[in-house]
Amino acid sequence: MKLTDAALAGDRRALARLLTWVENGTPEGREALATLFPRTGRAHVIGITGSPGAGKSTLVGKLAKEIRQHEPRLAIVAVDPTSPFSGGALLGDRLRMQDLVADTGVFMRSMASRGHPGGIAHATRDVVLLLDAIGFPVILVETVGAGQAQVEVARIAHTVVLVEAPGMGDEVQALKAGLMEIADIIVVNKADRPEARQTVRALQAAILGITTAGHHGPAVEQPLEVVAGWETPILQTAAVDNQGLTALVEAIAAHRRYLESSGRWELLSRLHARAEVETWLQRHLMLLLEEKVGEQRLAAAVEAVLRREKDPATAAQELLAPLWSQ
Amino acid sequence: MDRKIRVLIAKPGLDGHDRGAKVVARALRDAGMEVIYTGLRQTPVMVAEAALQEDVDVVGLSILSGAHMALVPRILEELQKRNIGALPVFVGGIIPADDVPALKALGVVEVFGPGTNTQSLVGFIHQVVEA
Ligand SMILES: Nc1nc2c(ncn2[C@@H]2O[C@H](COP(=O)(O)OP(=O)(O)O)[C@@H](O)[C@H]2O)c(=O)[nH]1
Ligand SMILES: [Mg+2]
Repeated sequence: MKLTDAALAGDRRALARLLTWVENGTPEGREALATLFPRTGRAHVIGITGSPGAGKSTLVGKLAKEIRQHEPRLAIVAVDPTSPFSGGALLGDRLRMQDLVADTGVFMRSMASRGHPGGIAHATRDVVLLLDAIGFPVILVETVGAGQAQVEVARIAHTVVLVEAPGMGDEVQALKAGLMEIADIIVVNKADRPEARQTVRALQAAILGITTAGHHGPAVEQPLEVVAGWETPILQTAAVDNQGLTALVEAIAAHRRYLESSGRWELLSRLHARAEVETWLQRHLMLLLEEKVGEQRLAAAVEAVLRREKDPATAAQELLAPLWSQ
Repeated sequence: MDRKIRVLIAKPGLDGHDRGAKVVARALRDAGMEVIYTGLRQTPVMVAEAALQEDVDVVGLSILSGAHMALVPRILEELQKRNIGALPVFVGGIIPADDVPALKALGVVEVFGPGTNTQSLVGFIHQVVEA
């Protein structure tokens, strides 16, 4: 049996291997995705973002357990950073999701960012597509959470949950990084701590600032805008003590209902599809460029720039000449 | 294309020390591997499920409790149940020399004592993965 058929039939090992192929961008992985693509578009993809240590993994583990009460299956993708020095990575999110292991309805996969900025890996989108195609109705994506530039998760998720923790000064950080603008739900985790209420208040004030002042600030390209019709709730959870989870699950379900009834689900699908085609366009273009330009000519251009014979923009334009003459 | 060696470092059993396992996990990361670290007190099912879902190339078990002769066969059995019995498994920790041949007879590819130099472990993993 082909691996895709096996995975569709519920073979988890086949799925695990397909995920590896897709993550590595192998031709087999590409082919599997192309075959399975018509089956995608059904899963509710929930992004979980926020600073390291806020409790994202712990919360994802508990949330998964709660969601599993009503869903037959659920997948988790957790991204951790790749070390820029060694290219290796320590993927430790499983550590916080121990209760899930006995549940074969949950499939959890760790991914390294592999040098990709933006809080998710280059292949996270494809991994999510594969899980969607296989039939997971809910997919939780935990981002790296390294401060800024976490906004990319908004390009793959329908619902973005921003997790904050008290006493980390995160509110300001989140504002700067444009995180609050992509958040559909904000969670103050570690609500067992007394400082949590202060954090909630700071976030409420910050949210008010965004919705009244409108859009300016971060120079990050925003695929989405602050939308009318959905008021970003600020919830409190204590993931370690199983507190606040029911309300969070309800808020996520409410957000989904809102997306569907407002027509925003379709709009998001369109935006995501566009972002995806653009990404592939860039990727294919880069490959084409590498092929047409070649390392030798690139190196020669760099030398010319170093000798101050050419400015970088002109050098780059000249490198592209062979592409136009076809 | 971007292939990385993926390693599961698991700490089965009830003993509460994972310093050694963490040192190994970091050393493998520094050698360019992707290391899935699952923490303390892993049951055989947890180890096998993590190995399955993460599609790792190799599994390292850190066992200090002395329960290796009880734990290892159960873990190997859980791996087999999931059709991943062919995964190379190595064991690190405090293992009496007398038990080493028995573990290898069960299917463990190598046993590393507490003083093992991490470079030799890295070399070993490359060897078994690329074989
Ligand atoms: N006090 C408290 N600690 C928590 C809570 N949730 C998570 N933690 C702890 O916060 C630390 C970081 O959690 P983790 O889930 O790994 O955070 P992540 O880096 O955002 O994924 C761990 O030590 C958790 O046990 C909570 O609700 N209350
Ligand atoms: Mg985490």
